Amino acid sequence: MAKIIVVTSGKGGVGKTTTSAAIGTGLALRGFKTVIVDFDVGLRNLDLIMGCERRVVYDFVNLINGDSNMNQTLIKDKRSENLFILPASQTRDKDALTPEGVERVLEELKENFDYIVCDSPAGIEKGAHLAMYFADEAVVVTNPEVSSVRDSDRILGLLSSKSRRAENGEKIKEHLLLTRYNPERVENGEMLSVADVEDILSIPLLGVIPESQAVLKASNQGVPVIMDDKSDAGQAYSDAVERLLGKDVAHRFLEAQKKGLLQRLFGGR
Amino acid sequence: MTADTTLDLLDNDPVFHLKGGMLTMTLVELIRLAPEQFARQLAEKVEQAPNFFVDTPVVIALDKLSEPLSDMTLRHLLSICRDHGLQPVALRGGEDFRALAGNADMVLLPPGRQREKPIEVAAEPAPKPAPKAEPAPAPAPAAPAPAPAGSGKIITEPVRGGQQIYARGGDLIVLAPVSAGAELLADGHIHVYGPLRGRALAGVTGDRQARIFCQSLEAELVSIAGQYKVAEDLRKQQWKAPVQISLEGDRLKITGL
Repeated sequence: MAKIIVVTSGKGGVGKTTTSAAIGTGLALRGFKTVIVDFDVGLRNLDLIMGCERRVVYDFVNLINGDSNMNQTLIKDKRSENLFILPASQTRDKDALTPEGVERVLEELKENFDYIVCDSPAGIEKGAHLAMYFADEAVVVTNPEVSSVRDSDRILGLLSSKSRRAENGEKIKEHLLLTRYNPERVENGEMLSVADVEDILSIPLLGVIPESQAVLKASNQGVPVIMDDKSDAGQAYSDAVERLLGKDVAHRFLEAQKKGLLQRLFGGR
Repeated sequence: MTADTTLDLLDNDPVFHLKGGMLTMTLVELIRLAPEQFARQLAEKVEQAPNFFVDTPVVIALDKLSEPLSDMTLRHLLSICRDHGLQPVALRGGEDFRALAGNADMVLLPPGRQREKPIEVAAEPAPKPAPKAEPAPAPAPAAPAPAPAGSGKIITEPVRGGQQIYARGGDLIVLAPVSAGAELLADGHIHVYGPLRGRALAGVTGDRQARIFCQSLEAELVSIAGQYKVAEDLRKQQWKAPVQISLEGDRLKITGL
């Protein structure tokens, strides 16, 4: 049975698309047939992060309107044969998404895929609502910062009231993914700690992604950061995917690295 | 001429506005036809909370009723309602009830969706066992019974920012954190067995005896019967401590637990 996972946050710029790309790719690399759906109609980004922007012909809205079929619209990833991308439309807006259309497309995807990762737009309006409405699980991406935490809290409230599962009296499985975490700044009291965020949101922690140069580099190169297995962010995303699949993996990158004497002298990074 | 113009101006001034409004109504949902039991059970409810039923407009919901309803029986039921202070204003149900509603001078509303929640009537003045719809003999009114288990609302999931929960006619008990931006309202007491970071308003219909209890006071605002304090004042004492809040005179009193 296919699982629909929504990656959402409320606040913009916290790393939803980076996370969708990383988790989708991670699931595909572990042998699951996966499709990542870009719900951010009008502000299409996923194709850039995945490095397939030059191969977009049709998009999600075309598919909903029946202008194209599934085979024409899905873009096959070049790195994994299990991975597909459903790009958003760049020329339309969120009103082009209809609940019936989204449901029909997701039902069709369910027949062919193990995991459907929905990359939600920011906000709590139509696009974000439709991205979460049909979900079985939710990854709530949060930065260790008060406004992001408050918006995530709001999204968690919507997940437990305005989703199909909630309307049927079931629960969406919620996961907290803390991104852009900088242990040094936490030690200096400039950033909320993992414990602070967990205390406010009180949902299980899926992973902590450290603030890393590798994320920006990967985005600009169009390679999901999880492919960069030498980077701390890439490894942290791999751990998060393992946990999403039910494995018990210890959390890493929570403590500030102790700098050696030489590093301290020369400020090496 | 000038007088005429003024008159014209007044003539064109709108006399009314058409507006859409949402009203909360009490539904009397009939499950089966038994006028005598209906009268007795209604009398029991009214005895438990006399004020609640004074001139209360109600809608008689017939959606759940499978037996045929005659004009006579309906009129009988309506008069029982009126005898107990209820003011039936409309019937609710499918088109089959159209003629019936017309004969009884009632408006017919379309059948409802599955959203309604049963109202638990708060016992007043002395607490009695929770009202149940079974035709059991009425409990002896003199016996001091334990507090009603079930008049009120119990929430086990976290209450998130943007959510609002109202326990009508009873207490609100939350067994989870209440986030900043969430709002709790109750006609009775409010208990929060987790950090209270949102707003909590107890005794919203004016009960000055209502109290607020919480494990960790981190609220944006607390209020009892309209008297309130905001976080800025709350921070000065017992912040993040387990407390109870009560109304003394016109001031909120916060004491540690």
